[in-house]
Amino acid sequence: MSIRGKACIAGAYEHPTRKAGDKSTAQLHAEVALGALRDAGLTRADVDGYFCAGDAPGMGPLSMADYLGLDRLRHVDSTDVGGSSYLLHVAHAAEAIALGKCDVALITLAGRPRSEGQATGTAPRAGNPTQPDVQFEYPYGAAVANMYAMCAKRHMHEFGTTSEQLAWVKVAASHHAQHNPHAMLPKVVTVEEVLASPMVADPLHRLDCCVISDGGGALVVVRPEVARNLKRPVVSVRGAGEALKHQMGGQLDLTYTGARFSGARAFEEAGVKPADIKYASIYDSFTITVLMQLEDLGFCEKGAGGRFVQDGNLISGVGRLPFNTDGGGLCNNHPANRGGMTKVIEAVRQLRGEAHPAVQVKDCNLALAHGTGGSLGTRHGSATLVLERE
Amino acid sequence: MSEQTARRVPPSPTPDPSTLAFWDAAREGKLLIGRNTKTGKAHYPPRPICPFDDEGEVELVPASGRGTIYTYSVMRAKTPYVIAYVELAEGPRIMTNIVDCDFEALQVGQPVRLTFVDSEGGQPIPMFTPA
Repeated sequence: MSIRGKACIAGAYEHPTRKAGDKSTAQLHAEVALGALRDAGLTRADVDGYFCAGDAPGMGPLSMADYLGLDRLRHVDSTDVGGSSYLLHVAHAAEAIALGKCDVALITLAGRPRSEGQATGTAPRAGNPTQPDVQFEYPYGAAVANMYAMCAKRHMHEFGTTSEQLAWVKVAASHHAQHNPHAMLPKVVTVEEVLASPMVADPLHRLDCCVISDGGGALVVVRPEVARNLKRPVVSVRGAGEALKHQMGGQLDLTYTGARFSGARAFEEAGVKPADIKYASIYDSFTITVLMQLEDLGFCEKGAGGRFVQDGNLISGVGRLPFNTDGGGLCNNHPANRGGMTKVIEAVRQLRGEAHPAVQVKDCNLALAHGTGGSLGTRHGSATLVLERE
Repeated sequence: MSEQTARRVPPSPTPDPSTLAFWDAAREGKLLIGRNTKTGKAHYPPRPICPFDDEGEVELVPASGRGTIYTYSVMRAKTPYVIAYVELAEGPRIMTNIVDCDFEALQVGQPVRLTFVDSEGGQPIPMFTPA
């Protein structure tokens, strides 16, 4: 059994806010929920499936169903694999729809790390001491940025990847962000500017890192029969894959990501190859994140990511693989420190032909969205979607 | 070179019933790793259940303290520090800090040896320094 063609993304909405000091997290979840339902042409009364992750307040679906007044739910899922959760939720929603467990699934994400003054990347987090890894990592100052930096350092050592090549990822994202009025960093930057920005955790500079933003997003996943009766272009879920990768009891290998497995599974289900993909949303917590995932998804050979991303190859209208045409986490936003939701939303825009005209990919009928949650340097969830316009 | 003069004092770990022996051994200058009594395979961080095999018990054994840097990063914090994964002679790659070193001279593959640095609460934390 496959989910291919069993579900469609009918609604997608990205909150325009980047700083929401005057709003609660639950309120942001509710605002994006209504936004996505409105986009689809549906209402709360249509929703019978609800998905959220660790960014949702309280007891996730329980708290949010109460707050939103969702009273027809017959399927809920609060799987939390960090920033990749929402891609995995799309897949799980498609599974639930295929099995007849629900017809209209709502997925929400929201958070306000910027208003809360979080030093997301640089502050070691004490975490919950019952988490078995914490006592073996927190004393060493493990933070998000230095974990990804260690991946970059090893990648450079094994494959000769350079800081200039990493910088090209940011440069490409900035070329797209200039057209997004909501982007936090709308200015086009050069490789030299990335390299001149302060070092955060060698070899990652400040501009190798994503932004810290408030905001959120939501998706509505529906049965194809429902989608075809709505007024929006039909975006179908063609394939999905998920995977976890961790330290493997010390047999750690930082040269690859879970995308190697989730990507292969998604491509297999979709029956397509990386070369068929017209547009890719690639999780971009850091420049190195993009480079490694592109390799692992099969867009280039392992170790060739540096050469693949350089010289504008990721810029829409310029390169071979247009990526993150909203500016991505590197320039647009990274709501709740979780970029998976916005990856799906921009892929949906591209497939509908609703991306900004300056970055819209011509005849974009097949797109990929990929997310990583947790940390490439320790343990992470990985989720890949292949989406198609019917 | 001024970077190595100030040394970061690590926060204390919160041991649990399954890791008390590990942290007690650190007070005696030992870094314990897990080893499967049947397969001989070593793992880290040590845990009562072998992450690799269903069969065999886990015994805690002291590592030799020799290793090489698998990867590292200099964290440019107020008090900069080096976080790393060190590949132990016994096999496991473990998260740690490299201390008492010239940040600029560090290299992937460099030999390092075990040392200990007291945490804020006085718990010795296993770390590494150039061999």
